[in-house]
Amino acid sequence: MSTPASDYSLAELMICANAQAYANDGEVLVTGIGVLQRLAASLAMLTTNPGIMMTDSEAWILSTPNPVGKRPADFVQMNENWMGFSRIFDNVWSGRRHLTGGPTQIDRFGQSNISAMGGDYQKPKVQMLGVRGFPGNSICHANSYMVPAHGKRVFIEGECDVVCTIGYNPERLPKGYSFDEIDLRCVYTNLGVFDFNGPNRQMQIVSLHPGVSVEEVIENTGFEVHVPATVAVTAAPTEEQLAIIRQMDPHNMRSKQLKDNPPGVRA
Amino acid sequence: MNKQMSLQEMVGQLRDGMTIGIGGWGPRRKPMAVIREILKSDLKDLTIVAYGGADVGMLCAAGKVRKLVFAFVSLDFIPLEPYFRAARQGGELEVMEIDEGMMLLGLRAAAWGCPFIPTKVGLGTDVIKFNPDIKVIDSPYDDKEWVAMPALKLDAALVHVDRADVRGVCQIKAPDHHMDDWFVRAADKTYVTCEEIVDASAFADPVEARSVFWERNFTTGVALVPGGAHPSSCSPNYGFDSPHFQEYNASAKEGGFAAYFDKYIKDSSEEEYQAKVGGLDAIRKLPQPVY
Repeated sequence: MSTPASDYSLAELMICANAQAYANDGEVLVTGIGVLQRLAASLAMLTTNPGIMMTDSEAWILSTPNPVGKRPADFVQMNENWMGFSRIFDNVWSGRRHLTGGPTQIDRFGQSNISAMGGDYQKPKVQMLGVRGFPGNSICHANSYMVPAHGKRVFIEGECDVVCTIGYNPERLPKGYSFDEIDLRCVYTNLGVFDFNGPNRQMQIVSLHPGVSVEEVIENTGFEVHVPATVAVTAAPTEEQLAIIRQMDPHNMRSKQLKDNPPGVRA
Repeated sequence: MNKQMSLQEMVGQLRDGMTIGIGGWGPRRKPMAVIREILKSDLKDLTIVAYGGADVGMLCAAGKVRKLVFAFVSLDFIPLEPYFRAARQGGELEVMEIDEGMMLLGLRAAAWGCPFIPTKVGLGTDVIKFNPDIKVIDSPYDDKEWVAMPALKLDAALVHVDRADVRGVCQIKAPDHHMDDWFVRAADKTYVTCEEIVDASAFADPVEARSVFWERNFTTGVALVPGGAHPSSCSPNYGFDSPHFQEYNASAKEGGFAAYFDKYIKDSSEEEYQAKVGGLDAIRKLPQPVY
């Protein structure tokens, strides 16, 4: 049924890789924060996991994902139930959710930061959003990350300037908890796919995108990445997947998410 | 019973040092007319609790905020609020930075008269490290530790709604009423601005009564201020004013808040403010955002 595509962008490759994150999740709320993440969630809902639920980012759970960007005047979204912001917690604190966010910093413990950077906490050099719902997300349900520019500014050498999510830092393990209760899944970057299933929950390479070397990953990561005995190449999108992505992104917003919109297979 | 009052009367009931909760979410349904009235007043040393947008940014820029309780401050399509950012980077603010859900729990605890609500949210993160006032406690029922999210008791809540009657029955027809009901229930006094004053009979239809999210004995005062959420949105009546937010955002780079304040708010009534931004008819035509 599936036809591997020969011509695809790196953004499309990352969407398809991220979509795979949800294949075995069953009936969960999937939230993709960002255009690529949202397209990945939509693709998964329309292919590998029809049990997925998504929101319209405002107040409704949808039976069919909304395309991203401006929609025609006669577009009718397929609401399934009301889910205002207060009710979101009632659902997601149950654990029935998988979120892919896009943090500014990720450290060797899998902790992440979207709050503030540099300086000290009372007077940060760069104030960002604030912790938002990240603390609760990280301790209640599955989380993945997407990183459009894999480098040492994101994968930092030390600990995050503001630790917004619980990760696998032994010094921060709450009393009575086991790290088995923390469900940090995968990191999808412009270089490859990673998880935290290396020795002692170390970040390790799952697959590298076509043309990417292990050395390039090591050079661009501020902490040690585990390199397993076999490193796969990230699977190419299929023509069927690309067709769905085009439907869900009619204005080609995906082409503006990565610098210079590089091809999926390096020239 | 008639709870109608002017914006000036509302702000006249607020005091220096009060803890004030502001309804809405980011750039959505913020009681901006009351915020503008506070900006023109002598009020100071406020503790603000909010899912923040330009309300928080403006109050910070005007030096009204001593302490901010927040999970984020954002204009959504402009992710980083410029004046909140400047206040933080200038080291001016005392903060309690907490998870969005922890804020909801704090408001619920206040509403229910509990000193705290236990949660696992915040464990393992800097939320508990940077907030020594938020205690982590043992459970009487299991061997785990829990965050004791303290009640966020408010002296006053400020919210903007679609319709209200003069007794303070308030209706929000937007897709989401956000946490407004919990801000109201956590507060000693609630001041409401509305797009329209209606007769009590407007709520007789059960469909209409379903979008009333708190009971009138929580409403202290009601002011009729159509367009009063501008430049934030008041769905389904109007969207947020993107060009205005862009000008506001740009003012942080050139001119500063004083220039924005002098141009739009200083010495201006709400009617004069609205005339400067194009008038109520133009506000009501602002397109709904697409998410």
